[in-house]
Amino acid sequence: MSLLEIRGLEVRYGGIRAVKGIDLEVGAGEMVCLIGANGAGKSSTLRAISGLVPTAPGAVRFDGGDFAGIPAFRRARAGLVMVPEGRGVFARLSVEENLAMGAYVRADAEVQPDRARVFEIFPRLAERSRQTAGTLSGGEQQMLAIGRALMSRPKLLALDEPSMGLAPIAAQKILQVIRDINRSGVTVLLVEQNARSALALAHRAYVMESGEITLSGEARALLADPRVREAYLGEAAG
Amino acid sequence: MTGSIARLKRHPAAPWAGAAIVALALLALPFALAAVGTAWVRITNLAILFVFLSLGLNIVVGFAGLLDLGYVAFYAVGAYVYALLASPHFGIHWPFWAILPLGAAVAALFGVLIGAPTLKLRGDYLAIVTLGFGEIVRIFLNNLSQPVNITNGPQGIARIDPFRLGGIDFSKSDNFLGLSFSGPIKYYYLLLAVLLAVIFINVRLQNSRIGRAWEAIREDEIAARAMGIDTTRVKLLAFSMGATFGGVAGGMFSAIQGFVSPESFVLVESIMVVSMVVLGGMGNVWGVILGAVLLSFVPEILRFTVEPAQKQLFGRMIIEPEVIRMLIFGFALVLVMTLRPGGLWPSTVRKRELAERRP
Repeated sequence: MSLLEIRGLEVRYGGIRAVKGIDLEVGAGEMVCLIGANGAGKSSTLRAISGLVPTAPGAVRFDGGDFAGIPAFRRARAGLVMVPEGRGVFARLSVEENLAMGAYVRADAEVQPDRARVFEIFPRLAERSRQTAGTLSGGEQQMLAIGRALMSRPKLLALDEPSMGLAPIAAQKILQVIRDINRSGVTVLLVEQNARSALALAHRAYVMESGEITLSGEARALLADPRVREAYLGEAAG
Repeated sequence: MTGSIARLKRHPAAPWAGAAIVALALLALPFALAAVGTAWVRITNLAILFVFLSLGLNIVVGFAGLLDLGYVAFYAVGAYVYALLASPHFGIHWPFWAILPLGAAVAALFGVLIGAPTLKLRGDYLAIVTLGFGEIVRIFLNNLSQPVNITNGPQGIARIDPFRLGGIDFSKSDNFLGLSFSGPIKYYYLLLAVLLAVIFINVRLQNSRIGRAWEAIREDEIAARAMGIDTTRVKLLAFSMGATFGGVAGGMFSAIQGFVSPESFVLVESIMVVSMVVLGGMGNVWGVILGAVLLSFVPEILRFTVEPAQKQLFGRMIIEPEVIRMLIFGFALVLVMTLRPGGLWPSTVRKRELAERRP
């Protein structure tokens, strides 16, 4: 059974339909990526999934329950945790305080070991644990945003363009880490513009174009698909 | 000499000794002030009320980052609840320990009332709406004298009951242990006791779970929601808790003054409280207390020095003390904000931010 199930999802801003009735599924343990050009509706889809824009009944189901009308913070508590676009770290708080905030809803005693694990994944954060988040580099802030999300022990981690604005090497590294996190058992939904890297790492992928899903399938197969190669990987057709 | 002082500072009992000295000074303060003039005890009492107000506003502005320019409305609500339930106006004379919590609760309700419709607003926009709210409350107080006379309009409500506890009437003098305790001095000790409780609550709040949630929504609301924080509830809680302190301060103000009118709750009062919070150090409980005490006392000290100084220098008064007071006051605010943008005693978060921004 799918962990996240999307049926006929629509997102409207005023009279404009940004997402025009898409279907999408993410199975437990999977890493799925959603690629597409700017303005294709990827971020709107993610906003709808995480509860920042309203959706119709039945459009978003998570872990067997309908998410219609459920506010964003409850979705996070249910295990659907988003890493917002532009990272959204608490800039004036230290790295440690940011991570503590990630464990906000948890009351169990395993917060400390989890933090140690985050520091293991991102040794850079351990070195800078007392530094203010706003003074970290873009890549480090992205690491922190992901680390903070992990602190809440998500069932599904939804990332909005984690490689955006990063130098190519840093972007590559972040995506690799996301792959490692997925291997450790966290289901991942990755929205990316960096199609080549995302397709190389994910299990399955959806391609979005002006609010609709135009292609979907095994990531590897899509990577070889001539239409994808032409439109998203910058290669001539043929 | 310096070596022995440093050794004293390191002594394990040093913080306790320090606290004891501060406590003794605070206990002796009203008698020292009364020797100069009872007016100074009254001024000190008002300063403590402003500390309550500043700490209450600090929850909204400093902790949760919601700029509220109508805070005086909650002060007004607390004051009028007390005035209406303990004066000849309606002939109701409830005891203060029943009205104060009620006033706090009504103020908290007003906090939710202003918080709920403004949940999506931030910064300037929230400031404008709250400013309007403060004015609406004042205008209501001014006009609720007809058709049914509730607030007695601009004339205000007079002959409000003082606090009475057992046989002690806070408006009269008592002799105890050979010392004469005047009304203001008794109020001072009561205010001091409440102040301790208020400070304790604020310090605990700041380091609590809810304090962390406030910090999160102040920094980034969407990220806070992604952390599972119920931003709606947490914001309303900030508004209502802040309002509670305003309500308590208002009730005590009513009893101490014995008279309230809408004139005490004008916009300038709100701005004053915001200035105290910002000047002292937004988000830092101790800084906010410092700001409130300074801004309460400095104008009074100026009032008592400007006039004689001019008479001595020029033989007559050239500028009214009131005018020069505002001039110096404004200049001091500009100076502090330029030299210490985080306030006189900034919170650790602000201090860090400002230090790191410097190239």
